[in-house]
Amino acid sequence: MSVATESVPIYLQWAILVGLVVASSVTLVAGYRVITGPTTPDRVVALDVIGTNVVAIALLFALETTEALFIDVSLVLAIIGFISTIAVARYVTEGDIIE
Amino acid sequence: MVGTIAAVVATALIVVGSFFLLVGTVGLLRLPDVYNRMHATSKATTLGAASMFLACAVFFGPQGESLTAVVGIVFLFLTAPTGAHMISRSAQKMGVEFAGGATWPGATDSTPEAPADADPEGSDAESAD
Repeated sequence: MSVATESVPIYLQWAILVGLVVASSVTLVAGYRVITGPTTPDRVVALDVIGTNVVAIALLFALETTEALFIDVSLVLAIIGFISTIAVARYVTEGDIIE
Repeated sequence: MVGTIAAVVATALIVVGSFFLLVGTVGLLRLPDVYNRMHATSKATTLGAASMFLACAVFFGPQGESLTAVVGIVFLFLTAPTGAHMISRSAQKMGVEFAGGATWPGATDSTPEAPADADPEGSDAESAD
């Protein structure tokens, strides 16, 4: 964190902090739709939104720590979110993922 | 380490990305229907995360790590409409209805209580009789 304090301007640090707060609170609020979604596709949509928000949180963390490794982390999270969305959609529709 | 122009552009991209994430979640909470919610989230949230990817690509410079961010943007723009299409197809096969009495195209005057996965041509022929 001390490295980031030296080399990153102060407005960028504040923007990263505000972005982290917004993305985290939005992820928590999307959990409301997961709990009280009227149907199962509502819950799947809300979980997809949570996955995309977690990707954004990982990117903001990469910016805050100036570690480019977390871009790879966010890419892997995006891949896992896509595959899980496809798997849940197929399971709801067909009753089976791989027949 | 990071130049002034790159820092300003990254700040603007972070602000835009946070705004679009907020808009996507407000649409997820406020809209009345699963299809409307998916329409809101699959555009706005994808655009917000892509803006964050672009901020990382600007911040980490032209060589090395920012290529991963560009690959992430391409991946997100390819997979988010595919996932939304799969969820909406499963919702249609489950029989989730539209809000406000709207119907599927092709079944012009079908009642809202009709099963949503009925054949559109078949129901159209039935309604024509």
